[in-house]
Amino acid sequence: MSLSFLLLAVAALCALSFYFGRQRAVALSGGRHSNLHSLPVHYGAYTAAWCGLPALFLLLIWYMFQGSVIEALIVSDLPQEVIGDSGRLSLALNSISQIAAGGGEHLTVSPEIVDAGRRLANLQTIANAALVVVMLSVALAGLVLSYRRIEADMRARNNVERISRAIMIVCSAIAILSTIGIVFSLMFETLHFFSKINPLDFLFGLEWSPQTAIRADQVASEGAFGMIPLFVGTLLITLIAMCVAVPVGLFSAIYMGEYAAPKFRAVAKPALEILAGVPTVVYGFFAALTVAPFLRDNGAILGLDVSSESALAAGLVMGIMIIPFVSSLSDDVMSQVPKSLRDGSYALGATKSETIRQVIFPAALPGIVGAVLLAVSRAIGETMIVVMAAGLAANMTVNPLQAVTTVTVQIVTLLVGDQEFDSAKTLSAFALGLVLFLVTLGLNVFALKVVQKYREKYD
Amino acid sequence: MTDMASLMEDRAAAKVISDNLRKPVDWDSPKITRNIKKRYAAERRFKSYGLVAICLALLALCTLALSIGSKGYSAFYQTYVQLEVTFDPAVIDPERTGDPDVIGRANFDGLIKQALRDRFPDVTSRSDKRDLYGIVSGGASYDLRERVLENPSLIGQTRTIWLISGDDFDMLNKGYIDPTVDEGDRRLNDKEVAWYNELVAAGAVEKQFHTRFFTSGDSREPELAGIWGAAVGSFYTLLVTLALSFPIGVLAAVYLEEFAPKNRFTQIVEVNINNLAAVPSIVFGLLGLEVYLNVMHLPRSAPVVGGLTLALMTLPTIIIASRAAIKAVPPSIRQAALGLGASPVQTVTHHVLPLAMPGILTGTIIGMAQALGETAPLLMIGMVAFIVDIPGGALDPATVLPVQIYLWADSPERAFVEKTSAAIMVLLAFLVLMNGLAVYLRKKFERKW
Repeated sequence: MSLSFLLLAVAALCALSFYFGRQRAVALSGGRHSNLHSLPVHYGAYTAAWCGLPALFLLLIWYMFQGSVIEALIVSDLPQEVIGDSGRLSLALNSISQIAAGGGEHLTVSPEIVDAGRRLANLQTIANAALVVVMLSVALAGLVLSYRRIEADMRARNNVERISRAIMIVCSAIAILSTIGIVFSLMFETLHFFSKINPLDFLFGLEWSPQTAIRADQVASEGAFGMIPLFVGTLLITLIAMCVAVPVGLFSAIYMGEYAAPKFRAVAKPALEILAGVPTVVYGFFAALTVAPFLRDNGAILGLDVSSESALAAGLVMGIMIIPFVSSLSDDVMSQVPKSLRDGSYALGATKSETIRQVIFPAALPGIVGAVLLAVSRAIGETMIVVMAAGLAANMTVNPLQAVTTVTVQIVTLLVGDQEFDSAKTLSAFALGLVLFLVTLGLNVFALKVVQKYREKYD
Repeated sequence: MTDMASLMEDRAAAKVISDNLRKPVDWDSPKITRNIKKRYAAERRFKSYGLVAICLALLALCTLALSIGSKGYSAFYQTYVQLEVTFDPAVIDPERTGDPDVIGRANFDGLIKQALRDRFPDVTSRSDKRDLYGIVSGGASYDLRERVLENPSLIGQTRTIWLISGDDFDMLNKGYIDPTVDEGDRRLNDKEVAWYNELVAAGAVEKQFHTRFFTSGDSREPELAGIWGAAVGSFYTLLVTLALSFPIGVLAAVYLEEFAPKNRFTQIVEVNINNLAAVPSIVFGLLGLEVYLNVMHLPRSAPVVGGLTLALMTLPTIIIASRAAIKAVPPSIRQAALGLGASPVQTVTHHVLPLAMPGILTGTIIGMAQALGETAPLLMIGMVAFIVDIPGGALDPATVLPVQIYLWADSPERAFVEKTSAAIMVLLAFLVLMNGLAVYLRKKFERKW
């Protein structure tokens, strides 16, 4: 039975138990609802919750552990020399799962592997059958037990509300859980990585070329994992993006908020917001196929040697993407400057632009700095534009006409395609991810604090 | 200088200022007129900077739209070549069994090649023949098979049929390959261009609406590739995302807005939600790779994993929007419900949530639109695989529209540029539709209390 049928079955059981619980409450009331503590619906909801929730909880736990338990069982039966070698082990597991899925006729593998494949298929069938049986019996048990507990003076509503409050708490805790999940999954693989590569080499190394030798006797470099060139590239592209986004975003926010006629604003504001809604992959395509060739051709006319994957193209397009972000945030901040400051300035005879430049802008400066920092953190974490328009070579340069690479580009290149979770190459992506996470987190926390402090000042 | 001396100096300065103040200002003096002129010029300059900034942003938007539109519109049409195909019974069904299995296995490719050789009888050399076969797409034989299976009486007849052309001829017909440039610099040699011209002169080349682009899955051949597979994958992914993030997000918002006590836990949750909203999307991809694939062993490339990953990303958007919508419901509604004896949960479910629902739905649609355009985290969990089949469920390997765009943008064939742009247009159309729906909902159900 597939997962969706199982879920449907549980849902049907829930509906059934709702019906039974309600019926029983109506029967107990003897025709007068005032004989009951709660409304009949609450008794129904009570039984339905006890029928469905434990079963769903069980399903969640089951799916978390089924894969690893079965794998452990399979691995324990493999010959010792396969288990000892992690490369051979992952290869063997791969063919085993292929055989279990009914394919793998073309594979030339030892009979143990074929046996293990059959065993895996067997185990999976057993596990699925067991899941169905266990889940349905848990649901039924919940139904019967809660049904028998229904009495006229049972506090069904309070019970149901306590359950729903618990569900709500769990739902809000998911935000914490995912942060913990991010930190732990990145930490775990990063520690793995640091057991192979010296953390100091990673943090302060000036060379990045994540090639590792596939065979021990191969003539290949050890691979260099210094992340400084990646950060230089990231910062270069971010800087270019900010040079576009900050002035354009700030001035359009000022014009929109102070000068524009309502009709103009009604058209221009949504148009600017469209820029924020365009998927980044579209910007990437635009950067790679329109902006980069345009820059290269015009650079050639001017006698400049512009690389076809220049940092400039990626940075410009990223700047365009961030314009609405900067403009809406700074618009927000500037409209919070108290009216009294503005009126005071006008009363002294200042023109509009003098008021903006000498009163509103200085007053809003902390908020604007916060907005720009948020925009920077966004630019640092932006992926698709740089993957499609920036290069792969880790050049240590600040020349915007050359190709540079960024942290996010390297994460994507390292993890798309074959992944070996025992090689420094794959693991380094997680270390980069951790650094990226920490940097953007730091920027965000700082920026939000600045903005908040600023808000309090004028509240 | 002594203190006394400096004090004297200050006094003198103060006297000058007070004298000046006492003197009436001559507003018409040339100095002040000049000054005012200067200030007004600065004002106009400043204002024009703002206008220029907005124009620059709008110009960028227009350039983006134009460059994609002009590159992509031609992908909705496909070149077809008219050929006289003989449905030779000796090739299709030598024993005249009429069995669909036998017909299905027949060499329809050979029929097309024969038709091409008949059309251009003077082509003899091996390499020329290979070039000649490039006029018609490799996928045309499937169309031919469908046709014969549908109508077996065709066997033995000769029909004039429009066949889908190969990508290079399609590009030539759409004007992307310039036949006037040097032979070595273009994908088609002079002979091929001559055949093309001959076919055009005979009226045997035509552009037809390219329905296959909307109905088929991915392919290595640009003329056969379509977006339906990616669209279905996007649909399943968004379904999983919606099924998870909507209930969880709304419940979390209700809790934080209506029930949560002001304690440490609530504070941590709020800080976390704000931070999650700003975490780079690729980090969520790393989380998905590690937790869903490495720990939970869910299937790679499956929409369910994509949906789980995107759900975590969409959650902050939905929570923040829902909280704003719930906050906008006036407290008097709650007080009235509580005063009539409703419990806090009843107050929320019967009164607050229904009133906040338009706002919540608007936020959800905007979150879904973001999820639809998201690419980077899905690259991490293997949704970049080359998948020809249309996915049949959330556990089948699949790809999504933005990833399909990324894959096609990476392909070297010239014909994929227009396919990519066309796919972008389709994606943007979906996004405009969703955002339009959100705006409509907001306009229609917006209530001022």
